[in-house]
Amino acid sequence: MQKLNLVQAVNLALKQEMEKNDRVVVLGEDVGVDGGVFRVTDGLIDKFGEKRVIDTPLAESAIAGVSIGMALYGLRPVCEMQFSGFSYLAFHQIESHASRLRGRSGGRFHVPMVVRMPYGGGVRALEHHSESREVYYAHTPGLKMVIPSTPRNARALLVSAIRDPDPVIFFEPKAVYRAFREEVPEEEETLPIGEPQIVRKGKDLTLISYGAMMRPALEAASKLEEEDGVSTEVIDLLTISPLKHETFTESVKKTGRAVVIHEAPRSFGPGAEITARLVEKSFLYLEAPIRRVTGFDIHMPLFQKELDYLPGVARILKAARETLDY
Amino acid sequence: MPIKEIDLNPQIRYLSILDEKGHLDKDLEPEISDDLLLKLHRTMLLSRRFDERLLSLQRQGKIGTFGPIKGQEASQLGAAALLEDGDWLVPSFREMAAEIWRGKALENVLLVYGGYNEGSIIPDEATFLPVAIPVGTQILHAVGIAYALAYEEKDRVAMVFFGDGATSEGDFHEGLNFASVFSAPAVFVCQNNHWAISVPRSRQTRSRTLAQKAVAYDMPGIQVDGNDILAVYAAAKEAVERARKGDGPTLIECVTYRMSVHTTADDPKRYRKEEEVESWEKRDPLTRFQKYLKEKELLSEEKIEGLESEIKDEIKKAVERFNKKAESYKDSLTMFDHLLAELPDYVQEQKEELKRELDEKKQTG
Repeated sequence: MQKLNLVQAVNLALKQEMEKNDRVVVLGEDVGVDGGVFRVTDGLIDKFGEKRVIDTPLAESAIAGVSIGMALYGLRPVCEMQFSGFSYLAFHQIESHASRLRGRSGGRFHVPMVVRMPYGGGVRALEHHSESREVYYAHTPGLKMVIPSTPRNARALLVSAIRDPDPVIFFEPKAVYRAFREEVPEEEETLPIGEPQIVRKGKDLTLISYGAMMRPALEAASKLEEEDGVSTEVIDLLTISPLKHETFTESVKKTGRAVVIHEAPRSFGPGAEITARLVEKSFLYLEAPIRRVTGFDIHMPLFQKELDYLPGVARILKAARETLDY
Repeated sequence: MPIKEIDLNPQIRYLSILDEKGHLDKDLEPEISDDLLLKLHRTMLLSRRFDERLLSLQRQGKIGTFGPIKGQEASQLGAAALLEDGDWLVPSFREMAAEIWRGKALENVLLVYGGYNEGSIIPDEATFLPVAIPVGTQILHAVGIAYALAYEEKDRVAMVFFGDGATSEGDFHEGLNFASVFSAPAVFVCQNNHWAISVPRSRQTRSRTLAQKAVAYDMPGIQVDGNDILAVYAAAKEAVERARKGDGPTLIECVTYRMSVHTTADDPKRYRKEEEVESWEKRDPLTRFQKYLKEKELLSEEKIEGLESEIKDEIKKAVERFNKKAESYKDSLTMFDHLLAELPDYVQEQKEELKRELDEKKQTG
């Protein structure tokens, strides 16, 4: 089986869906001739032409709004925000219309569009290029918010996102873009949206995470096993919204202890929602407070300090051990 | 170095064919069949009377806030008249006449303004979008639809309406720019009714016309007397044909006037003078269209009386249907409908929470 990195895996998903369905179109800044600033859409314009792989003017609201129009008509636009930090110009269109048109039209219209965005830190980028604001989208009813963590699941989730009848915000962890390669089958593969996965089974502690934080989470789980003899269950959310909590609420009923890990700032972050659900559903099983290992309630600093901002294995281990010792 | 003059062809035409006194420029008179003229008149009259009825219903507390269209009937109907099957209409929130022309049911207008989600239903075959409230945002949707129409080689067009206020919004500029770059088959119709709530047109932009903004996007732009249905029709005809042929978008500025309030929550006396409103009453699109049709012997006072009576009855029946439907739409649980293709489990649980709450309320009366 071929080994692909996340960039190549997303490229494969786009290529195959565009081959399968003439109505899938790609649009965004630099996605065509340049193949995308991260090369995620590389080669698509040569295969599918400039009517289907569209280099747009520099206008994020237009990218989103035009995609909405295309989707209302019946195309399947996969648009790109060059960085999640620039998507706020498009947010108005997404919240005010993409998330609402199904309801507003009594089901006559729906908006089957995908908005892809690189998100998150760890690549020594400029200001605005390392944000993790998934909650803005997760907090908007009528959208789906998907965050893959590996090449294989990114490919499978993107295919599902393109086929989804509703708007899907697809955050790609840029720190993982070229971090590693994984076997990705050439044959079509999908993963259902809204289904977290248990990626490591265990019985003493539950780690809940997603995106680029899955690697330090899994590394911490290994260390806990080697060094502490602790058996850790690790859950990859894959979909932030709709948030299906059973995977983690049932896990914590088994382990009694939970640590949530995300890059996004702590307060009002996804960890807060996960904590609330755990308290609602698994309260009597909790042996320790639920811990959140997160970015701080500040903007991501310029890159010299980003590794001190981002949660890493050490920070996760500390919180895990404190939870186990409680 | 000698200075080069770059020729942008910035001339903007102002088109008027049937003026406020009813004088007709025969050379410019567009060819419109008697049947179409009468249909347009009927819809214009129906919209005027329905608009009046809506206002009265709102004052009685039977429906909520809405934006009346009084005075703007020609600027929307004259353009919408060019749309054929498969063409798309993208309204803002002041295009009730154009929507009715394209098949929106009167009772659905009442239901939406009456605050019933259920009234939002748009028929499957209809190619028009729901009312859009955030100003100017619908322009981009029309551009997306237009792009898709061209992509599928449909020779159909997307016509979008917006006001003078919208031309200050970023989405207006992004939309015209995008459509122009890709020669999308879009027709941009600006209803310049001179007021964005209390902010006059002169405060919206220093540009002498709104039509000239088209020049920046290398798009044809034209300004028309928006109360002259013939001029609006003629300009829209050219624009629709241009788009259908694949020659790209056009901006039409219809100079009209918002005869009534911005919405029913507004008091225009606070910011504009009665004399201004009165001066525009003399330029009423309906009276001059009726004069034209009488001269063509397509209408007479008796015929108009007959129509008024027919329309009164039509509206009465629509209000009755609205009342009946409203009575049946008492289930608040329908607020959970049409969020996504499938309601997530935890949202379903929330729906059940509300159900229990409503059931308890019913029991305790």
